[in-house]
Amino acid sequence: MEQHHNHTESTFLVGIFDDEDVLMSGVKKIRNSGVKIHEVYTPFPIHGLDEALGYKRSFMSRAAFLFGLTGFTCLVALMVWTMGSDWPMNVGGKNYVSVPVLVPVAFEGTVLFASLGMVATFLTVCNLYPGKKPFLFDNRTTDDKFAMAIDVSKNKLSADEITSIVKNYGAIEVSTKLVQPGDLD
Amino acid sequence: MAEHHSVSYNLDEQYTFSPSVRRVTLISIAVGVALVILGIVLAMFGGHDAHGGEHAGHAAEHAGHAAEHGPTWLKRLFVNLWINNVYFTGIAVCGVFFVAVQYVAWAGWSTVVVRIPQAFGFFLPIGGVLMVLYFVVAGADMLHIFHGHGFFHWTLDGVADEKSPNYDHVLAAKAGFLNTPFFLIRMVIYFALWYVLFLMIRKRALREDLEGGLENYDRNISLSAVFIIFFAVTSSMSAWDWSMSADPHWFSTMYGWYTFASWWVACLATIILAAIYLKEQGYLPMVNENHLHDLGKFMFAFSVFWTYVWFAQFMLIYYANIPEETSHFNEIFDGFGGMYKPLFFVNIFINFVFPFLALMTRESKRKMRILKLVAWTLLAGHWIDFYLNITPFTLGADGGIGFMELGVIAIYAGLFVFVVGTMLAKAPLVPKNHPMLEESLHHNQ
Repeated sequence: MEQHHNHTESTFLVGIFDDEDVLMSGVKKIRNSGVKIHEVYTPFPIHGLDEALGYKRSFMSRAAFLFGLTGFTCLVALMVWTMGSDWPMNVGGKNYVSVPVLVPVAFEGTVLFASLGMVATFLTVCNLYPGKKPFLFDNRTTDDKFAMAIDVSKNKLSADEITSIVKNYGAIEVSTKLVQPGDLD
Repeated sequence: MAEHHSVSYNLDEQYTFSPSVRRVTLISIAVGVALVILGIVLAMFGGHDAHGGEHAGHAAEHAGHAAEHGPTWLKRLFVNLWINNVYFTGIAVCGVFFVAVQYVAWAGWSTVVVRIPQAFGFFLPIGGVLMVLYFVVAGADMLHIFHGHGFFHWTLDGVADEKSPNYDHVLAAKAGFLNTPFFLIRMVIYFALWYVLFLMIRKRALREDLEGGLENYDRNISLSAVFIIFFAVTSSMSAWDWSMSADPHWFSTMYGWYTFASWWVACLATIILAAIYLKEQGYLPMVNENHLHDLGKFMFAFSVFWTYVWFAQFMLIYYANIPEETSHFNEIFDGFGGMYKPLFFVNIFINFVFPFLALMTRESKRKMRILKLVAWTLLAGHWIDFYLNITPFTLGADGGIGFMELGVIAIYAGLFVFVVGTMLAKAPLVPKNHPMLEESLHHNQ
């Protein structure tokens, strides 16, 4: 999800792994050897991989909380305004504005805003929009292989050194891929 | 994961229930007894000291009744014993339920902590015997200490007899279910079913330690399924019997779930506290923040579930506004000079708002300090929940929270920890031949 705005193409090394556990331990060892990993692509989510890659906690959960809070506030405000001032209705002799009545509406509003907000945020963050052409380092990451992408220009080690390290820690093959500007957006 | 194999754990490690810890539980019981005695003395000589907000008229009316209903302090003592007995029995049986759920779900993550709730089940026979005793002596007043006025109003002589001055047509209609012999039979059946199935599961679990293989595990899956089916019915029915029938004119179809939710959250809080305690004492090195995270998620989620059931019950009654139904909340809210009203709000805050906000983030569920704080709060909170469902309807204006309440809690807490600690020390802390053990050791969130 890192953004690259180079105007020239860049060289990536792509290490292919075929085992989840080898990948997991490999990621830590490869990083410890001083290699900076751009990203790892997997056909399914792997628990703990984000931690192994040294990713910081994403802001998504905080965004969800804020969306939820917005929904809560909006719907409570709507109820209080309609029932309290705009069009008060007598429902079973209850107070026009009473707390228990607000709860289901506030709950639904919280869930609705949080879920729709999260979908929008996720699509935005991942640059998923209609007509987007997906860029894959290796087509097999949609099937049964794991691909580790390493940006050579961002590393102090040479391509050969990186290749041997990645192979040493379990990659079944390492290939070179040229990435055009915009591919990774 | 290759590098994990290099960490080897002592899977035969056993917990030692040391004399010093045993002494703490006994001191807790002794302090509890002392507090109860203090409470009784104050109640006998100081009048109604433990609570305020009582109407003078109520007090006068009550003074007239006291002579014919038996000593107030004794009834208050028994109601307290009853509340705590129901509460701790619930924690114990939910411990068995936790174990059963792990089996039928083929759960892997929990294997390293599952021996803790397994030890809870040994409290069941004690809870069962005491509960029968409390019901016979004070619930139904079979020994006539309270002149027929047991704290369960429906046990009054003649409620189902049209010629009796005590006749109550609502209770007469319920007498086929709510009668003393059937109540006792049901109580015995619940405890017998729970305890026997628990012992069968426990036996297989310990045999697995010696034999290995899958035979005992597979057998326990079937036994657990049987337990869960029985528990689905008996958890609801015991909730009607032991808690809802304190207000016998009223009923709620949500009540079984609601009580179960309360028990279950309290049980999860107890498991978390026990696991953290054991870790702090140097046991269970394989239990890490990933396991605690899952337990914390359980506690968070079921606090929300409790709230959902609590609110669903409350809101339908609030909206429908049928006098027979609103009476229950009215009594808690406005009855007896509003003495229970503050607790009504405390109950919602402590069992929903606080855990909801405190455990919302991922990090908070992985920190022992926060988990401990929330677990202790929830244990107090769900005690309040049971207190609110029983006390206003059995003691009314004679209720309150004073030395007697704290004392009985201390007695029960000491007793529960004593039993669980003793039994936890009788088997290795980790089921070393459990087929899911590897998964649990590598559990990652």
